Amino acid sequence: MNFIEGAPCRAADATHIQSTQEDEYNFGYLDEQTKRMIRRAILKAIAIPGYQVPFAGREMPMPYGWGTGGIQLSASVLGSDDIFKVIDQGADDTTNAVSIRKFFARVTNVNTTERTEEASVIQTRHRIPEIPLSDDQIMIYQVPIPEPLRWVEARESETRKMHALEEYGVMHVQLYEDIARHGRIATNFMYPVKVNDRYIMSPSPIPKFDNPKLHMSPALHIFGAGREKRIYAVPPYTIVKSLDFEDHPFEVESWDNCCGLCGAKDSYLDEVILNNEGERMFVCSDTDYCTHRREQGHLGPMAAREDIAELKGERA
Amino acid sequence: MYVAVKGGEKAIDNAHCLMAEERRGDTNIPEMTVSQILQQMRLAVDRVMSEGSLYDPALAALAIKQSRGDLVEAVFLLRAYRTTLPRFGISNPIDTSAMHVRRRISATFKDIPGGQILGPTFDYTHRLLDFTLAAESEPRPVQTDIPDEAPMPRVMDILSAEGLLEQKETDGEANVGDITRDPVTFPAERDIRLQNLARGDEGFLLALGYSSQRGFGDSHPFAGEIRMGDVAVSMTPEELGFEIEIGDITISECEMVTSFTGSKTELPKFTRGYGLSFGYCERKVMAMALVDRSLQTRELGGDIVAPSQDEEFVLSHSDNVEAQGFVQHLKLPHYVDFQADLIMMRSMREEILKQTKADKKEAA
Amino acid sequence: MQENALNTVTPGLKNPAQDNQRIFRAILLTMSRPGTVTVLGNWAEPPTALYPATAAVCLTLADMDTPLWIGKNGPQDVQTYLRFHCGSPMVRKQEKASFAVILDGTDLPDLTLFNQGDLEYPDRSATVIIQVKTIEVGRGVKLTGPGIKNEMQIEVGGLHPDFWQDFRQNNQNFPLGLDVILATPTEIVSLPRTVQVEV
Repeated sequence: MNFIEGAPCRAADATHIQSTQEDEYNFGYLDEQTKRMIRRAILKAIAIPGYQVPFAGREMPMPYGWGTGGIQLSASVLGSDDIFKVIDQGADDTTNAVSIRKFFARVTNVNTTERTEEASVIQTRHRIPEIPLSDDQIMIYQVPIPEPLRWVEARESETRKMHALEEYGVMHVQLYEDIARHGRIATNFMYPVKVNDRYIMSPSPIPKFDNPKLHMSPALHIFGAGREKRIYAVPPYTIVKSLDFEDHPFEVESWDNCCGLCGAKDSYLDEVILNNEGERMFVCSDTDYCTHRREQGHLGPMAAREDIAELKGERA
Repeated sequence: MYVAVKGGEKAIDNAHCLMAEERRGDTNIPEMTVSQILQQMRLAVDRVMSEGSLYDPALAALAIKQSRGDLVEAVFLLRAYRTTLPRFGISNPIDTSAMHVRRRISATFKDIPGGQILGPTFDYTHRLLDFTLAAESEPRPVQTDIPDEAPMPRVMDILSAEGLLEQKETDGEANVGDITRDPVTFPAERDIRLQNLARGDEGFLLALGYSSQRGFGDSHPFAGEIRMGDVAVSMTPEELGFEIEIGDITISECEMVTSFTGSKTELPKFTRGYGLSFGYCERKVMAMALVDRSLQTRELGGDIVAPSQDEEFVLSHSDNVEAQGFVQHLKLPHYVDFQADLIMMRSMREEILKQTKADKKEAA
Repeated sequence: MQENALNTVTPGLKNPAQDNQRIFRAILLTMSRPGTVTVLGNWAEPPTALYPATAAVCLTLADMDTPLWIGKNGPQDVQTYLRFHCGSPMVRKQEKASFAVILDGTDLPDLTLFNQGDLEYPDRSATVIIQVKTIEVGRGVKLTGPGIKNEMQIEVGGLHPDFWQDFRQNNQNFPLGLDVILATPTEIVSLPRTVQVEV
């Protein structure tokens, strides 16, 4: 692959098209100036934990809403020494995760892995891995709506003021209305957090089950919203508190079941409908965690069943 | 049987093969060439260039072929390619009064210096399907006077000379914003708004412009002038220090004029709305001009009461590449978040049912 | 730009795409883990007054969109080097700069004159790179805050003693404030505005 910053001028006929090949794309797809702009935004995001830094997001070759923010962050962060893991819904082999991993293998030659511990950079949509992250890791989140106050105030011009003045009363009012109406806070994912005791931040649509993993995490967490053109971050060892009330403390989901495949009781479980009779089972959403446990000999109550071979997805 | 979302890689490859097969269609029918699209689907090419924000007819035609005629998808392909292009410099502002005009009409005056030029337009065609097109046919030869080559002043400039028109913003020295380089912030200035609208989805602008005519917003516009033709693009490279022409582009331009009855500080005058596009996108530039005028409500001291006047609403939702992505991302798996809601839903129902049972018991 | 001036400009980065990435990751590491020192010595060959580590940071982060300030007495060859390799406009007024390079840490300008950002856009503040003589870890001032597990200690040689007091004030203005990168000829350590200092 060549790393050419320039490209030839175009004539107004169809004959030049053949010369436009994919090897004219830069390392990491984005041009150097764009990466510099994104890198500056990342550094400011780290210096102001939880604050959303506007950046001039670029059109990427995948649709907005499909991880363009995370992809731009990864493109600006990744190097040839990295080992890259991509998950969607906790799984390495969902179609979008496969597609993104393939893209980076093509434009950066980066090594990829499914093992959480092996990865130096993990791009994710909707989950944080179950295995505790380490000091050497960078988490990159795909974010659809970065603004935690969007559901109480649709206007950017207003929410910006609310963040500036730390006027978060409406957010608490809304959460408390939930409690008054439903006896609980009816937010289960994208559950707002307060970072470093200053900014209210959306942790992206991770289930609230994952929120505690952000608190004092040894890893660096960077969030990218491509369509909304915002980057924000939680540095390592930073206080991240899920919003709650004294009489209604923050709680995470729990299951009566364990993982049908590996028997885990401590992981986030997906419910899978097995057949038209409505038979269902619960499996770890973190496929690497589940596979690893089974390799270590942990077996769940349904591990022996043969009609779920695809679910087991043995590592190649 | 459980339908796996796993084994993604093979599924994706297969999807791409199926797509290519369907794109080609029946192989007994000759394959369409990019040049054919370029020549014969020119209005599609023009729309894709405009909303794709890249003047390259051949690449736009290729994008249309690749997208099987899905123009929003083609716009997306062109945008994604555009991102990777280096920037050599910034052109000088184009001068549309020096346009080589192919079409030019004004609805505000019966006749105008330089004349009305109908040009190639659907306007007065009777919308009857032309079955002769179903067979291959040569068009009838055109009988027309060749338009005057002399520069044609814009109709609005004539009004402007009389002082009836709001003054143009002629801050030629000031930097013009670029939403592809800096994120939009609110309130947004007119240069930013116009760039956003020029890239905006034609259907969205059409609906908004239409709504402003129907009373959602107070706008009673006249089409001051609509013109389409070719203009020269020039730039002044720093190392040369003088202007050089780098090529010609086809553009459409529309200026709408709306009466403004004045305020405490302003005499009654006409205000304008402006629309510009690459290629021949007349409906787009007319809708754009309506929305541009609506978005000036804030500056003119009016109340924001209609969607077309609300710049945050308009500018945040005009881009079809953004919109189609986010709407369609709902196709992606969301089962982790759905599970979270499922758990809550079940436990809430359980609690309520338990409570009702207990209440009943008590009552009994 | 004059041709003879260009002939004398010393080299920048050899493989911009890969070098920029590696340098950025080093900066990212120090910014997300304040007090951690990384080595950035071998990338660029700037004029004497500009440390290779400083040059590496500038080449990786600054460009035509980021005005650069190097003070009234910035040597001509340093200005030419940065203008040529980064393409940054050089500004005279401190408040206009996105990046500032202070060539001698013992001779500090009034840091409060740099852009501190505003409450709606605190990210618009300046990043200031200060050249110092030495950085030693494990003793000296105590650093705490986001990015630091318990606490870090650094001792910096060749830095005006008032700096730490100024930086404490900087921290108190959060979310406004400067982010600082201290550079020896070959190493950097970063002090984002979140860092609390105990002298």
